[in-house]
Amino acid sequence: MSDTSTTQKSETQKFVDIRHAQKSYGELEVLKDISLTVDRGEIVAIIGPSGSGKSTLLRAINDLDPLTGGEVWLDGVQINKDLPHRQYEKHINEMRQQVGMVFQHFNLFPHLSVRENVTMAPKLLKGISDAEANALAEQQLTHVGMLERIDYYPSQLSGGQKQRVAIARALAMNPKLMLFDEATSALDPELVEEVNLVMKRLAEEHMTMIIVTHEMDFAASVCDRVIFMDKGVVVEEGPPSVVFKNPTQERTKEFLRKHLSQYAESAK
Amino acid sequence: MGLDFSVVPGYLDTILLGVIWTIAITVAAAVVSFFGGILFAVIALYAPWFIRLPVRFFAWLFMGTPLLLQLFLIYFGLVELGIDLPAFVAGVIGLGLHFAVYNSELIQTAILAVDKGQMEAARTLGCSRGQALRKVVIPQAVRDVIPPIGNNMIALLKDSALVSVIGVSELTLSAQLAIGRTYRPFEFYAVAAVLYYIVNLGMEAVLRRIERKTALSR
Repeated sequence: MSDTSTTQKSETQKFVDIRHAQKSYGELEVLKDISLTVDRGEIVAIIGPSGSGKSTLLRAINDLDPLTGGEVWLDGVQINKDLPHRQYEKHINEMRQQVGMVFQHFNLFPHLSVRENVTMAPKLLKGISDAEANALAEQQLTHVGMLERIDYYPSQLSGGQKQRVAIARALAMNPKLMLFDEATSALDPELVEEVNLVMKRLAEEHMTMIIVTHEMDFAASVCDRVIFMDKGVVVEEGPPSVVFKNPTQERTKEFLRKHLSQYAESAK
Repeated sequence: MGLDFSVVPGYLDTILLGVIWTIAITVAAAVVSFFGGILFAVIALYAPWFIRLPVRFFAWLFMGTPLLLQLFLIYFGLVELGIDLPAFVAGVIGLGLHFAVYNSELIQTAILAVDKGQMEAARTLGCSRGQALRKVVIPQAVRDVIPPIGNNMIALLKDSALVSVIGVSELTLSAQLAIGRTYRPFEFYAVAAVLYYIVNLGMEAVLRRIERKTALSR
């Protein structure tokens, strides 16, 4: 790791470190003692059947769905610290500024223009000036190819365009880590590619990314590591070439047979 | 003795001054009821019980008792407690709080109807709950209830006639004044009715404009 600030931490300290994550809704246990690490700059895909707990795990990282047990660490700081309510709110708001999140249904702010969607949080939380905010919006929207729509409202955009703006909005906070929760699942097939391209470019820029996805081709071509989850546990993980082509677990094989017919056949 | 509208022009300045006071008290009370409605809605949904319960009791009081009585209480009643409000201020407070309670019901429903992904998206960026409410949730909720709030504001305009009883010389009281001098109730009440209707039309036009302006960003 090149960052000098990491030298003070123990050598085993990973950039993202999830330790014994456990989550229950009453009797129902959706995450069962999951431990997982992600290196700085690494791109990890989490795949698995619906109800496997993959979205819950992703949402636990920035505490949108708080864990009932276990710890989440980012860059040497525990995200889900045990603090009194007020202190915890302050702490979590600071941590969330470092973690960008992109949702399946975009969740753009419909009452704000594209520009305002991108600048709202930086202006409010970082106190930057209007001029700085505009420059930031232009820079981030150029990055996702949406500069020409800067003064449109979300209702005037296609799904793919909305998602690209949502990515720009998250990047405008200059996060250390990006979480993608099925970012292309709600899109028409012909709009998926433009969002994938933006994510690929982020990957090339060595953004640390954790991607919950149903798109095996994308996971195979972009990610360094694939994690297969089922029924609240990590069943299998490894480089995509291994997990997709030579899975060792029966459950992984069964899942891939259903979701990867094309890819699996071409790989044989 | 038939109707005689020829007496009306002599009191036109009194009547028009009444129209201006009616508009003034309606606008002032509308502003109070709008922001008061947002405040009550946020308290009802998010405040701790020791704030929420007294406010709910107060809201129940304002919904369950006649507006006329509320105006008497604020203007005449509070004097006994050493609070001597000018009639106009008492009228704005009475009308404003009364309709704030009704607006609050609408805004509460609208806040709950805003997609929870909106709050999540704002929180994910690092906003506190208060910031997310202020910047993201409440602006959307308010846009959604502009049409029904507009209906409340038209009711407010009509109910503003009640403040004549505490001596605000708005349109109704001005008409009564003219009637007291001329003994021509039909003529002046009819003129007042027409003027209320015209102000009402103007108000509807303003509301439609606001609705159209906010519709684009939906």
